Amino acid sequence: MHELAVCQALIGQVAEVAREQRAISVTDIYVSVGPLSGVEGPLMQNAFPIAAAGTVAGEAKLHLQETAIRICCEECGEESEAKMNRLVCEHCGHWRTRVVSGDELMLQRVVLDGAGAGGQAHV
Amino acid sequence: MCDTCGCNVTPGNEHLVAAGGHLAHTSTGSEAVEVLKGLLDANDHQAVHNRVHFDKHKVFAVNLMSSPGAGKTSLLEATIDALGSDLRIAVVEGDLETENDANRIREKGVTAIQISTGSACHLDAHMVHSALHDLDLDAFDIVFIENVGNLVCPASFDLGQHCSIALLSTPEGHDKPAKYPVMFRAAELVLITKADLLEVLGDFDPAEAESYLRQIANPAPVFNVSAKTGAGLESWLDWVRRGVAERQ
Repeated sequence: MHELAVCQALIGQVAEVAREQRAISVTDIYVSVGPLSGVEGPLMQNAFPIAAAGTVAGEAKLHLQETAIRICCEECGEESEAKMNRLVCEHCGHWRTRVVSGDELMLQRVVLDGAGAGGQAHV
Repeated sequence: MCDTCGCNVTPGNEHLVAAGGHLAHTSTGSEAVEVLKGLLDANDHQAVHNRVHFDKHKVFAVNLMSSPGAGKTSLLEATIDALGSDLRIAVVEGDLETENDANRIREKGVTAIQISTGSACHLDAHMVHSALHDLDLDAFDIVFIENVGNLVCPASFDLGQHCSIALLSTPEGHDKPAKYPVMFRAAELVLITKADLLEVLGDFDPAEAESYLRQIANPAPVFNVSAKTGAGLESWLDWVRRGVAERQ
């Protein structure tokens, strides 16, 4: 539902990178998304063309890389994989855990076409 | 993010942007640029700004989230009745349409700013920032932000609040924290509302609700409250008083 807002924010960031690099267009966008970020991958794929239309990323392909949920137990210190609604340590069974990965929503990389003079990217 | 200039180059990702890093030109002449930036960076940046604004004026900011009809406005009405003479309260109301909720608050003599989101399913930090322009924060001790009724979308957007509260009304069922883990993980306090219906419903077990909350690794306190009868409200009101006192 809020994926369109998320895609609009994404396009804003991508357009900024393209502008800084003086690129003509964006061909690929790589985003890592964790299940605990609250964003649904398929909905984001649906919303993306609407947000991208008419922008420098209008023809870009969105690649979503879903990350696994991993937690670290605050009792025994061990790491384990977890499910979205069961963030319980699989080693000692304690519920006081910290999410190590699986809640991210991050723009990793963009591939630009016809970027300007090259040189160092300001990110 | 770099504390000095706000850029996103850190010792951890510096090598990516240095010459010879991931800025490699590909064989097709296109260029890959590493960004490593949160998608909601602009919102989060505004949220930090809002929080600084609240802090500067010693205002306790509380974000109320729940499904539609869980009793956010009723809780606020009961809270105003109980604390309105001791604390200076303001409310920011988020709804898709109508000023109905804001009007209910205003009838209690309390300032309410309505944000009509249209079709947007959540409040974001920019909307709250705009609403704050209509509030003289020096005149208040606490601002309640009543988010759009929705157990999904609001969880992803930091508004600049100090605390987020999730309301779970008894008719919804005690397994909501398992069904909506992102929302209930974001809550620093969970209120089981419409507790007066527990007896009538018979199938809502507050202990089960708390157990589901622990399974998503959330240590938040859980209070049973009824805005209608006033039962259990004292724990909530104490929590509010403490939050305000901590910021004075």
